[in-house]
Amino acid sequence: MSKPLVAALKVGKSYGGHAALADVTLDVAAGEVVCIIGPSGSGKTTFLRCVNQLERIDAGALWVDGELTGYRLVGGALHPLGESEIARQRRVTGMVFQRFNLFPHMTALQNVVEGPVQVLKRTMPEAKAEAMRLLDRVGLSHKAGAYPAELSGGQQQRVAIARSLAMAPKLMLFDEPTSALDAELVGEVLKVMRDLAASGMTMLVVTHELAFAREVGHRVVFMDEGRIVEIGTPAEIMNTPQETRTRHFLRTVLTREA
Amino acid sequence: MEARPQQLHHRDHRPGPRALTDAAVAEAADAAAHEAEGLDIARLRHVRPRYYGRWAAVALILAFVVFIVVSFARGNIDWGTSGEFLFWPTIMYGLLNTIWISIASMALGIVLGVLCAVGRGSPNPVLRGVAMFYAWFFRGTPVILQLLIWFNLALVFPRLGIHGLWQIRTVDVITPVFAALVGLGLNEGAYISEIVRSGLLAVDRGQYEAAKSIGMSYTQALWRIIMPQAMRVVIPPLGNEFIGLLKTSSLASIIGFSDLLRNVQDIYYNSGKVIELLMIAGFWYLVVVSVATVGQAGLERRFGRGHAPGARR
Repeated sequence: MSKPLVAALKVGKSYGGHAALADVTLDVAAGEVVCIIGPSGSGKTTFLRCVNQLERIDAGALWVDGELTGYRLVGGALHPLGESEIARQRRVTGMVFQRFNLFPHMTALQNVVEGPVQVLKRTMPEAKAEAMRLLDRVGLSHKAGAYPAELSGGQQQRVAIARSLAMAPKLMLFDEPTSALDAELVGEVLKVMRDLAASGMTMLVVTHELAFAREVGHRVVFMDEGRIVEIGTPAEIMNTPQETRTRHFLRTVLTREA
Repeated sequence: MEARPQQLHHRDHRPGPRALTDAAVAEAADAAAHEAEGLDIARLRHVRPRYYGRWAAVALILAFVVFIVVSFARGNIDWGTSGEFLFWPTIMYGLLNTIWISIASMALGIVLGVLCAVGRGSPNPVLRGVAMFYAWFFRGTPVILQLLIWFNLALVFPRLGIHGLWQIRTVDVITPVFAALVGLGLNEGAYISEIVRSGLLAVDRGQYEAAKSIGMSYTQALWRIIMPQAMRVVIPPLGNEFIGLLKTSSLASIIGFSDLLRNVQDIYYNSGKVIELLMIAGFWYLVVVSVATVGQAGLERRFGRGHAPGARR
């Protein structure tokens, strides 16, 4: 097996004495879709934010694309990296947020073009052509000139996905991408994500959509209280969970859905 | 209404449902009453509300305006002199000076204010401290005092430069124009920093994160993503500051800067036509402020892109 795209080794993160993450060890192989489920406050989102270095880990180590993130190992100690180094490391990953976070003062097209032009220093015509291709891929080429406020939640989230893809990431992080959406808009976003998974993109998805995790996920991680409780195939986790906490969580979620 | 059955009050003591029942009963009774009178409620004429109060207010205001206008017209003012001096070269020169010193010190103030606001939000404690000291110091002293100190800087530093290498007499550098520009600009920057800071705080934290997630550095995120959004919040109070500055700049007249007020005074010291010339100054200040107000509205539209007017989140 080739080197994993994400390798987390005993990763920990605490906020003023409260351990948000503890001992999280997880490998994600290239091309794999891993879904993280668990109750709110279980550390799923925190872990995702650590992978993208929106949070700095304070225990363990995290490699993305073979590179140690956030720190440089010099003389047996870890020295924190500077801001520009972290920005460079972040380019390997794309992130999709629960609340979309599109830039409201820019049109859909400008949102998608911003990263390639400002960060990757692409020329504007080149970036625009690529952006239109990506907007087409998420089914929104006809909305290229619209501002986020003129788009539905589902459309905004699809533009946000296109914006991330424009940076040509090796890994896509999804932080509860459908949680802020009206029920009838969830499907269009999940469809885009399903297509993305089918195209071979490596994806780490924090989600409450168990059906999506079952159908698209290669593996499912169940987290609770900052720790990984159980990892397995969707079938293993959802049909024959080994841990009581997993069983309890699934029962709660499934009875609510039914 | 009178037809409402009284016993309902005793039957049910819960306030919610009872109120509902009451209303429904009253409505039904109303409709029944109208039907009995032969009125079809759906076809009745809708009467426009008549605003008698507003008309009365307008009449009062007009009367007051007429009173003021007549008073000033009959008062001891030689309006001919006002008209004569309205476009007088000295006054035009003063007006021009007022306008350019306001624009220049506003520009200086915006640069300093933005730097100071960014410094206040910096993770670097030294930068934060410097920025806080700047705002504290220049907001803590009257601008007229600052103008006087700048103008009299030669008393502290007779010469500027590096000893033995290159030096220049302070009085040659600190002219009234220089002192006015630096004094007004530094003072303005301290106030603008607070305005810009509030604008930066108004931008959602998710915007920084989204900018970082597409690989932007802090500086890039600040200039490309955060500042343009902060501008939308910042423009109205900045317009207010500029309008204030147009008039505050008249304080520079005490250090010998030839602004509109100073030149108007120069003329009436000679001619004795005090009120006539003050009217001219008032007229021109109003003209300039009106133009600035129109400009502000234009800027608000420019930076309001992506936000439907009135439907701001």
